[in-house]
Amino acid sequence: MRGKSTGDLLYAGVVYLFLFAVVFVTFYPFWNVLVLSVNSASDTIKGGIYFWPRELNFTSYKEILTDHEILHAVWVTVARTVIGTPLTVIVISLLAYPLSNRELVARRPVTLYFIFTMYFGGGLIPYYMVLKNLQLIDSFWVFVLPGLMNVFYMILVRTFIEQLPQEISESAKMDGANDLQVYFRIIMPLTMPVLATIALFTAIGHWNAWFDSYVFTYKSSLKTLQAVLVKILNQYQTGAMVSDAQKLADSSKRLAVSSDTIRMAATMVATIPIVMVYPFLQRYFVKGMTLGSVKS
Amino acid sequence: MKTQADHAASGLPPAARRTGNWKRLRNQKFLWLMILPAFICTLLFSYTPMFGLYMAFINYQPGGSFASSFFGGEFVGLQWFKYFFDSGDFWIILRNTLAQSLLSLAFGFPAPIILAIAINEVRSGAFKRFVQTVSYLPHFISWVIAANIIISVLSSQGLVNKVLMLLHVTDKPIAFFQHGPYFWWIIALSNMWKDMGFNAIMYLAAIASINPELYEAARVDGASRIRQMLHVTLPALRPTIVILLILAVGGVLNAGFDQQYLMQNDLVLKYSDVIDTYTYRYGLQNGMFSYGAAVGLFKSLVAFILVLMVNRLAKKVNDQALF
Repeated sequence: MRGKSTGDLLYAGVVYLFLFAVVFVTFYPFWNVLVLSVNSASDTIKGGIYFWPRELNFTSYKEILTDHEILHAVWVTVARTVIGTPLTVIVISLLAYPLSNRELVARRPVTLYFIFTMYFGGGLIPYYMVLKNLQLIDSFWVFVLPGLMNVFYMILVRTFIEQLPQEISESAKMDGANDLQVYFRIIMPLTMPVLATIALFTAIGHWNAWFDSYVFTYKSSLKTLQAVLVKILNQYQTGAMVSDAQKLADSSKRLAVSSDTIRMAATMVATIPIVMVYPFLQRYFVKGMTLGSVKS
Repeated sequence: MKTQADHAASGLPPAARRTGNWKRLRNQKFLWLMILPAFICTLLFSYTPMFGLYMAFINYQPGGSFASSFFGGEFVGLQWFKYFFDSGDFWIILRNTLAQSLLSLAFGFPAPIILAIAINEVRSGAFKRFVQTVSYLPHFISWVIAANIIISVLSSQGLVNKVLMLLHVTDKPIAFFQHGPYFWWIIALSNMWKDMGFNAIMYLAAIASINPELYEAARVDGASRIRQMLHVTLPALRPTIVILLILAVGGVLNAGFDQQYLMQNDLVLKYSDVIDTYTYRYGLQNGMFSYGAAVGLFKSLVAFILVLMVNRLAKKVNDQALF
């Protein structure tokens, strides 16, 4: 074997070193959050906790999981995800089927009508005014309705349908099935893999959304988990302005839970569901992404 | 283009097809029914705000009915735009937006290419999958979580300061979030951290489509692995790199909103504020609705023109376009 020269070994060494560095840099911050969240708050303030908890303590999780604001926020987030995701998938896939049909009258202008919105928009302020006039400000539906349509996902589904053999739907039409029947009985079952992909993406989008809850709702009963987390983050940042001396003074009071540990635990609670759907994501999204790069 | 192809395919003269269109339209009533929900959503949430941009040219007064606040407002023409350009804010915002975008590009663009090439060099399938799995993770968490994590790691007790102190780069913790210019670097590196693994997917897909015979031939010629990377892998990635770079340049005005808004504080505002955070602060938080709409319109227009230009360029380069 000529391949194993010193140059090759050196190259392989650099490659592995680089990859280990990447793994460390991406993974360590999550690990650090986990460690901080399970360390006793009074001990955390002393600093020096990097890789392992020093005083194992789950008070912050107990605190969070009995906190009404956070529990309610989790409930709102779950509700928007469970209600919003299937509706979005239905609206998008219903649109993708006609647009994949080459016989559709005015196919190009209709497609352009949707694609154009990817490149130009009215911006935040007029959008807010529209939501206000649709009575969506301070309504649960502001989480669901604006997200029903997504052009990028539609293109994914359309590309997928276009790659299905044409004969299937044609023979069904010969048998007298109308477009709706063809869609629901034949196309939809066949497109399940891509629908699962966009469902996962949409669900993650709902889980991660904070801006709509933070800006378009005022009632505390409509705050999502991420929006509550933003509030906690803001409090922390204001707190960070306070000198370290102040923090030490606080620590002498022996608070059972500092805002910092709470923040870490809340971050963990928001991250865990993402990690849980991760294996499914892995299976679908690589396919979805590469599909998307095949432009029409 | 496609309609011409259709004419050719149907073999009918255009006039005959035109009369046929009505019949086709009737036959397609279910298809149109299926389009309807998405059509209405897009009309309400994408097109109505575009018409709402009219408020950038008036003195919009909130309150009252939709019509009265819109048509009752005094028409001021381009006054809000002039106000924006004349205020010192314009240059600061533009500087911050471009600086953060370009810095993010400088780090975030090559990183996934290098990562994809490195992953490709790994022979063990399990390790390959492990690296990929871990590197995607930050992409799927929200910026809220990411900001929480980044602020912790960069805090006075975080690992970054610890390492810097061990290396004697500094003898007391650096307050990363209290010095404006640091903020640009924090944004650029955070963007890289969050999306490097995810963006590598495109390049990995391109690498996967390389004909293995090319590597075979290179090996027969006695090329080392580094030469195989330089002369087979990189050239194969060139079209993908060029297209993605062009598209990235087209998006320079989209420096982001979440990351700046969530990580900034009053001390660094002069450096952190980008177009989108500025629009939000003035338009919604301070209630200068028309001004916010004008700044937003300015950004949308310039971004749109940029994308069109870039799209044309991409088409020329690779015969590939967005529409």
